[in-house]
Amino acid sequence: MVSPSTPPINFEVAIHKIVREEWGYLISSLIKSFNDFHMAEDALQDAVEAALINWRKNGLPPSARAWLLTAARRKLIDKIRRDKNFESKKQQFPFFLDNDELKESDYAVPDERLRLIFTCCHPALDHNISVALTLQLLGGLTATEIARAFLVKPETMAQRLVRGKRKIKQAGIPYIIPDQDQFATRLDAVLSVLYLIFNEGYSASSGKKHIRAELCDEAIRLARILLYLCPCEPEAEALLALMLLHNSRKSARFGENGVLVPLEEQDRSKWNMNEINEGIILVEKSLARKQIGVYQIQAAISALHSEASRFKDTNWREIVLLYDELFKLLPTPVIQLNRIVALSYLISPEESIKALEGLKQDIGHYQPYYAALADLYKRSSKNKKAIKYYQKAISLSGNQAEQDFLKQRMSDLISLQKQ
Amino acid sequence: MKYIALIYANEETSPKPGSEEFGQLIGEYEAATGKFINDGVLVGSDPLQSVNTATTLRARNGKLAMTDGPFAETKEQLGGYYIFECDNLDEALKYAAMIPTVNYGSIEVRPIMTIER
Repeated sequence: MVSPSTPPINFEVAIHKIVREEWGYLISSLIKSFNDFHMAEDALQDAVEAALINWRKNGLPPSARAWLLTAARRKLIDKIRRDKNFESKKQQFPFFLDNDELKESDYAVPDERLRLIFTCCHPALDHNISVALTLQLLGGLTATEIARAFLVKPETMAQRLVRGKRKIKQAGIPYIIPDQDQFATRLDAVLSVLYLIFNEGYSASSGKKHIRAELCDEAIRLARILLYLCPCEPEAEALLALMLLHNSRKSARFGENGVLVPLEEQDRSKWNMNEINEGIILVEKSLARKQIGVYQIQAAISALHSEASRFKDTNWREIVLLYDELFKLLPTPVIQLNRIVALSYLISPEESIKALEGLKQDIGHYQPYYAALADLYKRSSKNKKAIKYYQKAISLSGNQAEQDFLKQRMSDLISLQKQ
Repeated sequence: MKYIALIYANEETSPKPGSEEFGQLIGEYEAATGKFINDGVLVGSDPLQSVNTATTLRARNGKLAMTDGPFAETKEQLGGYYIFECDNLDEALKYAAMIPTVNYGSIEVRPIMTIER
């Protein structure tokens, strides 16, 4: 029998979960009040340690958030008081220092996470740094956890985080939500950081798939937080939709041997219908706002794939039109390549090859270009040429799962030729 | 906070004094500087003579060495600066983006350290 006061065996796991979920909320509030990332983090870390001891003894408090915030604020105020320059700093924090008795109920704190997201994803910070800061400060992941997910040494990741926080402080990156005239471009920066996190997990380049899958889940969680904070932003809706729609194919994307399974051959019964349904609803909501954007179009394309119960039912006509729209906003050869691949299901492979050849000088170094050519030659039964382009694609691929996939395609063709 | 905006451009391909483009550029610089003064953010600003006029010094083991030219050969050369007094980086970046050379060169924005004396 376990008495109610006995902490569960996985007590620390439970606390870890609570702390992770509350971290962004708590740290953003502390940074707002005390205007210092480092002090805020130290104080919150101390509060978590105190919580481990206190909660084990007294059980979980009614509000873990309020408890941790109170504890962290007390620690910060103590620290400021002990500071030699207390008198000169006193004016900075009059409210907190006048109130000796901090009560948990005082903290119906406003949500400051949006400031934190915009600061972590400030375009003056390197993308890699933004990714790391966002995962640490909003996601509540430790430097070691982030390092593991990105396959870098923990020290490297720790340095990256320190560098980021130092730049925020020394360069005076403000802890604010950008003005109306800046908001759209700054939101784009936030979205691209979240999408980078997702893609890092999604384009699994090596083993350790479960860690990578966690990165996708974390990106989805962060996108949900962002949407909660910016509820009427169609691109934020669409990014979440895009992530959910991609993620819905997680279980069907890899074969037993870990080789990538292309959309065409995926067992669609393995797709996660909950994620698909939520994704489609979000896409429709975002499109209804009539402010078209790149994530909305990409999500709409993905939704069309999700809606097809068999590959041959795919609405390629609609997809090609969407790529046309996407190309207007994002005129890159990669979009053109994807458009031609979609178009190839409506026209002959020979015509598609011709269209692809026109792209060569723009993306002749890009692996998917040759994979697409190889596939088209295979579809027009020119196996020799197909093999040649598979070889070229393999030589350009830096990703093991992708290479394995291309190699398998190629060896299938070679054995077919021998027959 | 004080920020310095360092203006870099390729001297070879920049508008040459006497040309029509140069006259236009000077006009743009005057307008930008006027705006900085009006908004009360300008602390100081100067253009520099060409990088050809630079002399670089290095003292090692008490021995002073002089080189004719800049400290390093780069594609774009430092050609001038503005110093702004701004609340934060966003504000400094907003003003730095108004420096005309941003359209053909590069503007590097750095906070200036405050030393308490």
